[in-house]
Amino acid sequence: MILNQLLRKYLSVSRLQSVLILLGILAAAFAIGGVVVAALGASPMEALSELFNGAFGNKHAIANTLVKACPLLFVALGICVSFRAGVFNIGGEGQLVTGALAAAAVAFAIPGWPTWLVLVLSLAAGTMAGAIWAGIAGWLKVRFNVSEILSTIMLNYIATLGMVYLLSGPMNDPAHALSGRFMPETARLAIELPRLAPTRLHLGVAIAVVLAVLVYVFLWRTTIGYRIRVVGKSLRASEAAGINPRRYMILAMVLSGALIGFGGAIELIGVQHRLITEGSAVYFTGSAGFNGIVVALFGQLHPLGAIPASLLFGALLTGGARIQRALQVPSALIGAITGLIALLVVGTDYVRRRRARQRADTELLRTPPPNCVSQGEGEER
Amino acid sequence: MTAASIHIRSFLQEGTRFIAGALHFLKGTGMKSEPVLSTLEMKGIVKRFPGVLANDGVDFDVRAGEIHALLGENGAGKSTLMKVLYGMYSPDEGQILINGKPVTLRSPLDAISHGIGMIHQHFMLVPTLTVAENVALGLSSSRRIVLDLDRVTEKVHELSEAYRLRVDPSEEVWRLSVGEQQRVEILKALYRGADLLILDEPTAVLTPQDVDELFNTLRTMSEEGHSLVFISHKLPEVLRLSARATVLRDGRVAGSVMTNAVSQADLACMMVGREVLLRIDHPDVERGDVRLMLDGVHADGDRGFPSLCGIDLEVHAGEILGIAGVSGNGQRELAEVIAGTRSISAGTVTLNGEDMTQWSTHRRLEAGIAHIPEERMVDGAVQEFSVEENLILKNHGHAPYSRGIFMNFKAIAAMADRLIQRYDIKTPSRQTQIGSLSGGNMQKLILAREISRNPDVLIAAQPTRGLDIGATEFVHQQIVAQRADGTAILLISEDLDEVLSLSDRIAVMYEGSVVGVVDRKSATANEVGRMMAGGGCEAAGARSLAPVSEPSAG
Repeated sequence: MILNQLLRKYLSVSRLQSVLILLGILAAAFAIGGVVVAALGASPMEALSELFNGAFGNKHAIANTLVKACPLLFVALGICVSFRAGVFNIGGEGQLVTGALAAAAVAFAIPGWPTWLVLVLSLAAGTMAGAIWAGIAGWLKVRFNVSEILSTIMLNYIATLGMVYLLSGPMNDPAHALSGRFMPETARLAIELPRLAPTRLHLGVAIAVVLAVLVYVFLWRTTIGYRIRVVGKSLRASEAAGINPRRYMILAMVLSGALIGFGGAIELIGVQHRLITEGSAVYFTGSAGFNGIVVALFGQLHPLGAIPASLLFGALLTGGARIQRALQVPSALIGAITGLIALLVVGTDYVRRRRARQRADTELLRTPPPNCVSQGEGEER
Repeated sequence: MTAASIHIRSFLQEGTRFIAGALHFLKGTGMKSEPVLSTLEMKGIVKRFPGVLANDGVDFDVRAGEIHALLGENGAGKSTLMKVLYGMYSPDEGQILINGKPVTLRSPLDAISHGIGMIHQHFMLVPTLTVAENVALGLSSSRRIVLDLDRVTEKVHELSEAYRLRVDPSEEVWRLSVGEQQRVEILKALYRGADLLILDEPTAVLTPQDVDELFNTLRTMSEEGHSLVFISHKLPEVLRLSARATVLRDGRVAGSVMTNAVSQADLACMMVGREVLLRIDHPDVERGDVRLMLDGVHADGDRGFPSLCGIDLEVHAGEILGIAGVSGNGQRELAEVIAGTRSISAGTVTLNGEDMTQWSTHRRLEAGIAHIPEERMVDGAVQEFSVEENLILKNHGHAPYSRGIFMNFKAIAAMADRLIQRYDIKTPSRQTQIGSLSGGNMQKLILAREISRNPDVLIAAQPTRGLDIGATEFVHQQIVAQRADGTAILLISEDLDEVLSLSDRIAVMYEGSVVGVVDRKSATANEVGRMMAGGGCEAAGARSLAPVSEPSAG
């Protein structure tokens, strides 16, 4: 019944059209990537097959792809919520980092407690920290009209530098000095998420997928989600309808940060088990805070669309690493393709909006056909 | 206006002048010196837009000295046809003949050089320049380094005498009333030697007195041999002013008639394609208790000037209180302080005897205030949302549309289908994006949403602006039906005919104050019009809120 409804909804013409456009974008990005590969003296077809094998070739590859997709999906879900409220949260990196820091801090603070309790409290702390970090930007926007784009980027720096400080000072691994490694790092966590041994696939991936469905239900099936979307589409209509846009913008930012902070905690507890920094956040996040925005846009800012989108980008990341090893083509190429896809998605979206606006304009020129009762000329449109 | 914005404006003006001068220099030729246009014919004009045939083989002609009305509903193709004539669109098929010779008009400059002028609905004036400077703007003489403004001023003076266009050439445009600004536009066209003048709904923004003055000017012009094309959808005016009327419907000519041979009803039927009720049935309704009361309400406008200064009003159950006035005299702010989207600086607003001055928008609408906002596209609906999502904009928090935080889409769908049918909203489905509906259907949707909430007070701001005759008729019927149900209705409209025919009492606003309240039975258009044009209020800023066109559009 529900499946039937979903199918009907997603196979409507406009959905089909957007899926086709997205596939076209993907093909174009791959084609350009192929040209670059050829220019570097390797075979594009071979690169493509290595990419596929690297991402899906065996169960470890598939697990790695899913593990890479996981933080992307968390960030993309957070981005969906905030962008739908018309608030542009560019602070995924910072929220991932604060989430992971808080999770680690809690885990280290209560070493003797039952493992499950430490796990739950640690994840909760990560969620809270992300929520607060994004909430700051939301509050600044609503209270002082500070652009959230600027404030979230600034908060990224603060979070990163805070991590560098904490990891080299208060949270530094006591054994670190002896290990001979140079990068600031914490000790290894005592907790970890259940894993599907022998692969790296952890429970967080399943949690992320469940959360995607929950976020969808939240945004499209609840009154709060509805209000968030009204605020995102029209501030003035929301005010006229008695919806306080400020309240829902902050709420959207807090939820967005909570999702991303939770994702950061999951990444730490499920995959990396210790925080390490080389002076930036990338060592921990792998730029998921930014790539997640691309994933969300590619998923049409739809939580369910974010699932296949994050899978795709996760596959690109693992497959890209394989290309580098097999063909000596730099995996930075994958970064370039990701960027290209972002540009094309945003670009085609812009073109489509403009087209839609033009259609709406010409729509205004159209009169309904006449409906002369006396002449019996058919029905009004 | 801040000093900085004036700075930027004058910088832009200089820039525009420089570019215009440069273009002129490159072209190397001036305008034709003495254009004489006696007859104009448009033959088989076809203009297509993606998915729309805006003009489908339109024949149109104007004789020398004729006042020719061009009628039609929204989207019938009037504006498109005139933009073709003014060189703004090039036709896909068809011919334009001037004095029997085919011409190609590639731009408005081309059209001007052939003696065609156009007065747009939104004036193309630079507010910070004087009347004479505005007239000189873009003239070949203004493109030299030294501008001989004295000569322009003198000629403007002569023209305004000859055509009885009262306006001071040395006054800055932003100080002028809307009627005066329109005169400047006409002077501009005359100065450029327009023999044929296109006026796009020139009376839409005028008081009745300004309309009389405009008509006198237009008659004088026609006696002098100027041809006039007068676009309108106000039938009484068309019959009063023009000798001939061409009616467009659906991109085609529905008929071209001499106005002394037809009635308003004939023209309306030609426009709509069916019989239309021009008179609204207005049965007597027992007036009930006071529902809405405003007591000494003061509020500031968007730019921080006082725009409401001491409004006292009462609206009773079962009564329509009409608010008449020229746009920008505080009507929008009045609607907003009642709906709760604008805060007030002094005074009280009372609903059913309860002081609601401090209430939020949400609380007000829960307490029974409904609002059909003036800018329906922006305030009344979420363009990218579906019909059903827009229908629950205000009621989504209530059973049966939601339980707890979960929305009940079955109930919402049932409600949407019911309202779509009951209010005759033409939409492919309840899941269609509202942005793709026509203006009339969007307004029906908003009306349906507001009325179905069974409000105690209904604020209807410009409820039929931009709607065609059929939709207007429907909206009027619904408003009158609400009155019969005992709703207190505040009808704010710039269309004086609408206010006079629907209201039980009429309050006239001028510069942020109510200058008078008259009863329906004793009210005349003249009396109300006189009140619209004058009155006392200390709010100096209010008038400058009247629309002054930006120089950008061109």
